[in-house]
Amino acid sequence: MNQEAKAGEPKPPVINNSMRFRTEEAFPVLKSHFGDAVRSLSDTRPDRHILVRPGFLPEICKFLRDDPDWQCNMLHCVTGLDQAETLAVVYHLFSMPKRHFVVLKTEVLRDSPMVPTLAHIWPSADWLERETFDLFGIVFEGHPDLRRILLPDEWIGHPLRKDYEMPTHEKLRELGL
Amino acid sequence: MTGVGEEAMDVDLKSLGFRVEERRTLASGSDELLINMGPQHPSTHGVLRLLLRTDGEEIQEAVPFMGYLHRCAEKIGENVPYDTYTPYTDRLDYLSSMNNNWAWAMTVEKLAGIEVPQRAEYIRVIVAELNRIASHLVMVGTYGLDLGAFTPFLLTFREREEILDILEEISGGRLCYGYIRIGGVTDDITPTFATKCRAFLRQYVSKLDAINELLSYNRIFIRRTANVGPLSAEKAIACGCTGPILRASGVDWDLRRDEPYSIYDKFDWNVCVGKGEKGQLGDTWDRYMVRVREMYECVKICEQALEGIPEGPFRAKVPRNFKPPAGECYFRAENPRGELAFYVVSDGSKRPVRVKVRGPSFCNLSVVQELSRNMLVSDFVAVVGSFDLVMGEVDR
Repeated sequence: MNQEAKAGEPKPPVINNSMRFRTEEAFPVLKSHFGDAVRSLSDTRPDRHILVRPGFLPEICKFLRDDPDWQCNMLHCVTGLDQAETLAVVYHLFSMPKRHFVVLKTEVLRDSPMVPTLAHIWPSADWLERETFDLFGIVFEGHPDLRRILLPDEWIGHPLRKDYEMPTHEKLRELGL
Repeated sequence: MTGVGEEAMDVDLKSLGFRVEERRTLASGSDELLINMGPQHPSTHGVLRLLLRTDGEEIQEAVPFMGYLHRCAEKIGENVPYDTYTPYTDRLDYLSSMNNNWAWAMTVEKLAGIEVPQRAEYIRVIVAELNRIASHLVMVGTYGLDLGAFTPFLLTFREREEILDILEEISGGRLCYGYIRIGGVTDDITPTFATKCRAFLRQYVSKLDAINELLSYNRIFIRRTANVGPLSAEKAIACGCTGPILRASGVDWDLRRDEPYSIYDKFDWNVCVGKGEKGQLGDTWDRYMVRVREMYECVKICEQALEGIPEGPFRAKVPRNFKPPAGECYFRAENPRGELAFYVVSDGSKRPVRVKVRGPSFCNLSVVQELSRNMLVSDFVAVVGSFDLVMGEVDR
């Protein structure tokens, strides 16, 4: 047992890396199927992701769900991200029979953040997307019921955007919140 | 068709917390009635509001409204250093703080590549499993209470009290511990910890048998829960349900066995799966019973971990000014309520760029609306209780 475990070094994790990510293997497969719709594979550590064009997201996801090699039957998580110029949505797809994860990411413009919904592919996308809409203002096109989920309906703005300004108490009182 | 009376009614409804548009969805001329269940209803165990559209005793639809306990956990995560976020994770699922701390610690350890000493791993397993027992005890006790059985509640809370005493001894807290830190645990276990743990575990199994006799196999309880609100395996997976809810639907899946993080691969124990013994597979009795059986397994894991705990440091050296390398990381752990996952994006500075909390209760709750259709109101109480929701985690 190495007692002098050093922190902060860019070495691969020694333990607790039980999750199996197959994002790297998925990239060439998706690239050959969808061509330009699949943009790039990130070199982030420890997890990587595949950047895809938002318009083709449902098709790619349907492929990953139905293809016998991938069988991603669970949408584990949907995350919004604020990347200064763009907003992004990160999808963690999990396959229970194959026990692997595939991470997809899609970027949209700040002014018109439109991403097609995945609610018809995985029902779990319904609430996860509503949450992303609520906190980031990303509009999921074709979503059956896109309402705020955590914040009150009257709330103004989307708090997890980096440029969000916290309303003052007076402002909140004005809104009746 | 809106007369003066209608408008007055709208005002009344508004003052009761209804939105007028919700009332408009009622089919005209029917006996349908909108009922607000919560946000202070005892069986919702927190501040969950369910809007029921009922026809007599039968629910046509139940729509959940959340956010009453929203405390900006993810926004706070972007504004505090990594280790400072640990106490905030306590307050996500406040009934299983140890497990939350652990999931957060493991996420950051994976991001920064920190190796945790073996002694710390054993301590983590013991306290997390004790916390799992405590959390399931709350569920079992309050679930009985929801359905009119008062005695099991007193029994379970007495047992839980002993676990809290043990955890208080090593961490100082009784509900929010902040004990599992990045790199290990806050402090070594006390000399009396192992003895107290063993003493508790020895007598605990017989207490669990008593609870079983009182509640689990009670005829009235079975009649109230069996065949109520069955959830199919496909539905559970598609909706992102995890943990006991998923296992109760017959899916043999537990991260501690199938994706063994930490040192779970060293222990000999069984995954409990619902079998539909008393009724349909995945009904509320199954969801309840999976938790009771899991407690027996927790005892097994705890005993083995206490046996094998090695000497050595309890914490890896983590610099005071901790800065993980830039990158992103997703990690999940099996919590009492399901899979808690954190997604962290780092830019190499002291604070994360983004922290996403994927709370298991959030995804579990999303199937309630579908299950509620054509169900009696009193059965619905049994269904909501069986999901064992902790709103701190749903609303974050």
